[in-house]
Amino acid sequence: MKAADKKRVLREMLFARRFEERCYEAYVERKIGGFLHLYPGEEACAFGVLEAARPGHDYVITSYRDHVHAIKCGVPPKAVMAELFAKETGVCKGLGGSMHIFGTEQRFMGGYALVGGPFPLAAGIAKGIKMKGGDEISICFLGDAANNQGVFHESLNMAKLWDLPVLYVCENNLYGIGTRIDRSTAVIDQYKRVSGYDIPSAQVDGQDIDKVYEAAQIAVDHVRSGKGPYFLELMTYRYRGHSMSDSNAYRTKEEERMWGTRDPIIILRDRLIEAGEITLDDYSAMDTEILEEIENEVIKFAEESPEPSAELLHKYVLAENDPWVHGGAK
Amino acid sequence: MAEIMYWEALRRAHDEEMTRDPLVICMGEDIGVAGGTYKATNGLFDKYGPERVIDTPISEGGYTGLGIGASFLGVRPIIEIMSVNFAWLAMDQIFNTAAKVRYMSGGQLEAPVVIRSPGGTAHQLGAQHSARMEKVFMGVAGLRSVTPSNPRQAYGLLKSAIRCNDPVFINEHELMYNMKGEVPDEEYFMPLEGSEIARQGTDITLFGYNISVHWCTQAAEILASKHGINCEVIDLYSLAPLDRDGIKASVSKTHRAIIVEEAEPAVGVGSEVMAIINEECFFELDAAPVRVSAQNVPIPYNHTLEKMAIPNAQDVVNSVLKMFGLTG
Ligand SMILES: Cc1ncc(C[n+]2csc(CCOP(=O)(O)OP(=O)(O)O)c2C)c(N)n1
Repeated sequence: MKAADKKRVLREMLFARRFEERCYEAYVERKIGGFLHLYPGEEACAFGVLEAARPGHDYVITSYRDHVHAIKCGVPPKAVMAELFAKETGVCKGLGGSMHIFGTEQRFMGGYALVGGPFPLAAGIAKGIKMKGGDEISICFLGDAANNQGVFHESLNMAKLWDLPVLYVCENNLYGIGTRIDRSTAVIDQYKRVSGYDIPSAQVDGQDIDKVYEAAQIAVDHVRSGKGPYFLELMTYRYRGHSMSDSNAYRTKEEERMWGTRDPIIILRDRLIEAGEITLDDYSAMDTEILEEIENEVIKFAEESPEPSAELLHKYVLAENDPWVHGGAK
Repeated sequence: MAEIMYWEALRRAHDEEMTRDPLVICMGEDIGVAGGTYKATNGLFDKYGPERVIDTPISEGGYTGLGIGASFLGVRPIIEIMSVNFAWLAMDQIFNTAAKVRYMSGGQLEAPVVIRSPGGTAHQLGAQHSARMEKVFMGVAGLRSVTPSNPRQAYGLLKSAIRCNDPVFINEHELMYNMKGEVPDEEYFMPLEGSEIARQGTDITLFGYNISVHWCTQAAEILASKHGINCEVIDLYSLAPLDRDGIKASVSKTHRAIIVEEAEPAVGVGSEVMAIINEECFFELDAAPVRVSAQNVPIPYNHTLEKMAIPNAQDVVNSVLKMFGLTG
């Protein structure tokens, strides 16, 4: 990554962090409802991988922890926030909510609430890419615990069998809600689990964006060049509980403190300071600017947007004006 | 008689049965060390250990099938599926194996498993976390389906389900775990088949189950105090099989019926109860039975739209008034 890119990515990551923290506050203020799963701590995963790919061009799909992936793909933050506020200006017009952010224009193919659900969808998207002959790839971000679903294995088998252009990115934050990985998973190193399907894989430090980026470049090149699927495991940590309803009592303070010293944003910031690219003051100024932007543009937009109209309740259940349904088809 | 919460009633049933029978186990995601999302297994891990209180991987099809397989050897698993929305992933194991194995083996094998799972529309959980699936679990031969509407039923039904030799699906509701109610201090069991009269009445029968029983009783109070209509409320806590005799007895007394369900109407609890009413007491009816059901939509995230999508007590009141040719 070039220095200019790194500076941009630092800003993007900090924006993502502040966005998520503001979501937390908005939830406490009851502006956001339902389940809310936040991403702080894991930023280098989405940013490192997507920096090496082509967000907005490549297809991306993920789970319920989806806001940041959507934003990095180019989905406007204010439309994401408006969705969380259940407003008509939200990306899904208030019908989806936190776990179901979609931005097809930016090829963000959705956040899904069922663990493991996106594995086969990602392979299917890759199949579509292959049939249409594009140079895009399909990128699937999911947690480590999702790998215990049967569809993980079913999907990897098909992806390899048909050499589909799909990159599986495992964000291994060591926990599935309150269950630590060694209590749910026989083989803890996730990258080893795909060898049975002859799929190349790698495991890297998910807190260091340079390492993620480097590994992701190899992975993306492999997939884009038509060599079939790749599996990338990123070792990371979420700072908050699994969701807002999680008391987070199952983790030790020492463990949390240890990971706190490996903050992906601080790692990148300090590296840029050391290289003389920025100063601490630049960083603070940037932070202030971001906080203002989130408040004055993102939150304001979400707050001031209208509630969805009642007609929306029935609008997207089935296709509208479909001649095959209503007559007139030739 | 103590007042306890719905989750406490479930916990007590688990605990008593695990003490009595060392082959009773419970399994599910986060039910052990973390104590269960809705606390139904809280503290049991410390008491019975990891061999009997099992934190499973996130693999609903896998662990449900594993529980069913263990039950072939006489183990009595209580499988908690964190949300009914995830139970879809276990459907093949539940429908194709648990429900059919005794029959297709000519009585050689049986699957005495209990599967507990909460469903329903809670607070803005979005389409993939708001399924109401009672109707699915009541439609397959070989599977029992019950759905407790209060702590007393939760305790008594779970106790019976654990001892019953059939697979039993227990539909719970996310919004009801903290509901309080009286549960007898001495051990007791509820029959897995039947219904209960939640409120005696003479003018019309409101049929509900699980959370909709509460909408029915709220509506009945409003109708009694404001409109002088005396509703009987029947709690259909057993959905499979449905209590034909109980349905018949009440409709024969009141001559009118409204069925209240949280789910979409098609192929639902309401349509099934209406069919039974038609078959059993058509000539006793003073009006055509009516369903009060959800809108035929996936559940939206937005709170206002979410509330519009599912019925409530006022909808029940309105449809009763309409049946009597009255308006609010
Ligand atoms: C099929 C299914 N089962 C269970 C759940 C409940 N649940 C939601 S997230 C989660 C943990 C997933 O952990 P992981 O895949 O590691 O992702 P992370 O949340 O750590 O990013 C569970 C059990 C669900 N949403 N879907």
